[in-house]
Amino acid sequence: MTSPPNGAGVGLLEEEAPPAPTIALGLRGSRRRRRRSAHQPGRPLTTPGHRGPAIGLGMVVLYMSIIVLIPLSAVVWTSMEDGLGGFWHAVTRPEAWSSLKLTIVASLLVAFINLIMGTATAWLLVRDKLPGRAVLDTLIDLPFALPTIVAGLALLSIYGTNSPVGLNLAYARSGVVVALLFVTLPFVVRTVQPVLLELDREMEEAAASLGASPTKIFLRIILPNIVPAMAAGTALAFARAMSEFGSTVLISGNLPFKTQVASVHIFNQLESDNVTGAAAVATVLLLVSLAVLLGLDLLQRWAARRG
Amino acid sequence: MEFRTGRRRIALVAAGVTAALSLAACASTGGSDAASGDGKAKTVNLSLVAYSTPQAAYEKIIAAFQKTPAGKNVKFTQSYGASGDQSRAVESGLPADYVSFSLETDMTRLTKAGLVAADWNSDEYKGMVTDSVVSIVTRKGNPKQIKTFEDLTKKGVDVITPNPFSSGSARWNIMGIYGAETQSGKSEAQATAVLTKVLRNVSVQDESARAALQTFTGGKGDVLIGYENEAIFAKQNGQDIDYVVPDKTLLIENPAAITSNSKHPKEAKAFLDFVHTPEAQKIFAQNGYRPVVKDADTAGQDFPTPSGLFTIQDLGGWDAVATKYFDIDKGIVTEIERSLGVSVEKK
Repeated sequence: MTSPPNGAGVGLLEEEAPPAPTIALGLRGSRRRRRRSAHQPGRPLTTPGHRGPAIGLGMVVLYMSIIVLIPLSAVVWTSMEDGLGGFWHAVTRPEAWSSLKLTIVASLLVAFINLIMGTATAWLLVRDKLPGRAVLDTLIDLPFALPTIVAGLALLSIYGTNSPVGLNLAYARSGVVVALLFVTLPFVVRTVQPVLLELDREMEEAAASLGASPTKIFLRIILPNIVPAMAAGTALAFARAMSEFGSTVLISGNLPFKTQVASVHIFNQLESDNVTGAAAVATVLLLVSLAVLLGLDLLQRWAARRG
Repeated sequence: MEFRTGRRRIALVAAGVTAALSLAACASTGGSDAASGDGKAKTVNLSLVAYSTPQAAYEKIIAAFQKTPAGKNVKFTQSYGASGDQSRAVESGLPADYVSFSLETDMTRLTKAGLVAADWNSDEYKGMVTDSVVSIVTRKGNPKQIKTFEDLTKKGVDVITPNPFSSGSARWNIMGIYGAETQSGKSEAQATAVLTKVLRNVSVQDESARAALQTFTGGKGDVLIGYENEAIFAKQNGQDIDYVVPDKTLLIENPAAITSNSKHPKEAKAFLDFVHTPEAQKIFAQNGYRPVVKDADTAGQDFPTPSGLFTIQDLGGWDAVATKYFDIDKGIVTEIERSLGVSVEKK
């Protein structure tokens, strides 16, 4: 990652609006921004006291434990109730394995499409002075606001058997992909957008004045700056797609070996009173998501070290 | 940019308030229940936990019950949802006085947990409050001329039935197809072959019977396998469908019982008794269910008795059926879906 000279950034920030509050996603990019914004004139330097961080850390860990860590470890614990052999048996059960494969492949595809389209959308929202941009900006978050089962119903009425647009994607794997695209739409847009907003225009102007072509400016200046955000957004979209239930349960058709995604398989196992099997498949989803998030983090560290 | 920060802050506060409220709501549910249990207060609050289909019927039955002397001071909290989910919720502590499920195994779960007396099915109705039959729902006018379950094996018939591993009603459907064979003298292997052919024609396996009905009325499929009462419900709602009751089909029996930890066993029992009165049974009939009480008024609803009607007992009872056919590793239906799945993946 190329870190821009700090001095230039400060000067620019005074003229422009203060940086948008970034969603705390553990972006490596946002760390840099935070450092910059801390030096802003007019804003007191809030260096916390010695006790501050400890209390803060304690609170965050406690909160995280209650809300996330303990429930998640309960899932993992349940999945191991019949030992490692039972876990493996539950995961390699043909219908479980097939649903996991479909889920991972569909999620990767969806993450990739999001990477391209989400970045393009963010670019459009930040850099193009389009009429109706504000409306579009608001619409982006709507998939978050809707219960995903309603999203499934809506998609079904548009792309289902009686499709008014003549596009029948339902009850097939393409339906799964469309549903996942719908629910993961905001992630890349909302992670890339604030970084683009803050991006130092002076760098681009300097590059242009030195004769760099627009393509070169994009590849050498803009892209390195937004890649961390793009990657983080993509990873989030991937993780979200892996776990999606509400919209896929309606539009996929849930046919085992064909259109049944892992979350629906988990639901079936729960309904069949096989809690351990359900937890085992859920644990695999957790592990894959964790691996993707960790891998991304390592990649960013590596990129940062290379500068 | 500034208003953006404000908006986000508002969102945070809203989220916090919602969380606090839902916590308070949980707490107050527990509290009020305890309070109503010990007082000599005249009104008694019964908690009814049921599967989703009979909601409309129960609402009317409750209203009728409250007009009788026994039900005058009884109020109801009603909860409806998927039968298995409701049963599991009661098992894990959802307060309930009266439970009503679509499948006997959901009741067995509660007897095992000690929440429903083991002799719940020893009354003259064997613990059942409504009946129905597995039927075949078709498009208006039955264009594919489907009359029996065997007709569903024909090439090009698009069949919708819920997933038998998530939906109790799909298990009735599958045992209906299977039993129609074995009950007419065919071997189990022959029945399995027919079932395999039908399942090969299934294009959507929704997670519940209601979802499957929506898929069908939404235009997907030639045929929906489902409860007769669901078909009647859909027709009453103006859906363009017809339904066939095959000559050889399975009798669906829906159990209900009072819980053994009910704080108002007297009132709960009175309600269960009321559900068996001709008045309540007529309401069920209006909603498409077959009454369990003999000679009950069917409210003009036509319930033809199929010549080859059989029950789940004829197939060994639910406990045996669940293991033999729906075991997630070795069940016959599990095996069929796997064999079909392999061919699907090879395609």
